[in-house]
Amino acid sequence: MPETEPVAFPQDRTCPYHPPTAYDTLRAARPLTRIALFDGRPAWLVSGHATARALLADRRLSTDRTRPDFPAPTARFAAARNRRTALLGVDDPEHQTQRRMMIPAFTLKRATELRPRIQQVVDEHLDAMIAQGPPADLVSAFALPVPSTVICALLGVPYADHDFFEGQSRRLLRGPTAADTIDARDQLESYFGELIDRKQKQSESGEGVLDELVHQRLRDGELDRQEVISLAVILLVAGHETTANMISLGTYTLLQHPDRLAELRADPALLPTAVEELMRMLSIADGLLRLATEDIEVAGTTIRKGDGVVFATSVINRDEDVYADPDTLDWHRPARHHVGFGFGIHQCLGQNLARAELEIALKTLVDRLPTLRLAAPADEIPFKPGDTIQGMLELPVTW
Amino acid sequence: MHIDIDKDVCIGAGQCALAAPDVFTQDDDGLSTLLPGREDGAGTPMVREAARACPVSAITVSETVS
Repeated sequence: MPETEPVAFPQDRTCPYHPPTAYDTLRAARPLTRIALFDGRPAWLVSGHATARALLADRRLSTDRTRPDFPAPTARFAAARNRRTALLGVDDPEHQTQRRMMIPAFTLKRATELRPRIQQVVDEHLDAMIAQGPPADLVSAFALPVPSTVICALLGVPYADHDFFEGQSRRLLRGPTAADTIDARDQLESYFGELIDRKQKQSESGEGVLDELVHQRLRDGELDRQEVISLAVILLVAGHETTANMISLGTYTLLQHPDRLAELRADPALLPTAVEELMRMLSIADGLLRLATEDIEVAGTTIRKGDGVVFATSVINRDEDVYADPDTLDWHRPARHHVGFGFGIHQCLGQNLARAELEIALKTLVDRLPTLRLAAPADEIPFKPGDTIQGMLELPVTW
Repeated sequence: MHIDIDKDVCIGAGQCALAAPDVFTQDDDGLSTLLPGREDGAGTPMVREAARACPVSAITVSETVS
């Protein structure tokens, strides 16, 4: 087979809910192929579902981005990777210690208990949007404030500060420059430093996850202040940005598939599988990064120690060996086992909360607004570039 | 059917409880555990689905030979 130029990764999507057309080459080259990162560095691209599950669960792949060889998808990632990132950026055993402290707050049971509160938050923001419209920007009126309010309550962060942390989260994830990303991280860390200091001075612990970290883990010396700050940043950022993108892009996708939307309205029992199918189809975290710390034999190839490994979830979740007719939205397929939440020890901590939020937000939105539709031509609505978490930049709707 | 859960490996993702809620739950630490009286899998085919859904392969299912 002739050698071809490796595909550049990441690239912008052409349609916000399909992988970039340039990834067709990656899809054809399952389960493993080569890509070129922004700085020209080659890396492995995992495109096959079975290989992805095996490698994401492989302890020889590190997520410690402070390692010198760690692959960087963007200049701003490369510039900001000098500082430790809790959970997502640490390997076991350190990761396991941090994760185990977090699990009780994010169980399926806990997410189920939070459903009435989530419903209330959804209703409040929808009431406000309806009172002011139509039209409305669904991102700023609904998709962003709902998960933002929920994660604030769960963590014990004042929602009054949402403009600040939403703005800084945006700069952290999207820059555009490396200086923006580094400054945003500094601002979020000093914000949480002050919040932690305030919580420490309170004689009674509040009920949030951060209150527990401060009044137990920090007090008992199980975590130091910088670790609590790092955990707070990642829980807050991951807790609202990702879900907000799923709500905005999920709504856009539903409005572009009127038959599927009608089917969902007619049979709400389809909702849990519909959320899984949207997670599969949209694959908003498209480009999970790892570094090989040993030689790994996989799929007839050797990944060498020091090689970068990138998982294109949008491609993996459309593996034809696993999903028939993978580009079609189908509420009846078994969409389970997608890697939209990742796989292995770093699989999304907040996935049960995310499922609950998505089910409630999407169901309530389409139930209460039976005439919901786009208020601009679909192909003119801006969405996020390919080098960050995928979602809509804005979503003009009317009803 | 015998179900073995490796709690040292479990990351509390809750995938087992989501896939087979009649058999699996999460304990106070958020780790996977079997519901009382359902230790044999209660005959549900979703037990194997739960094992496959586990992101860290913490669940092993074997047929009991009596």
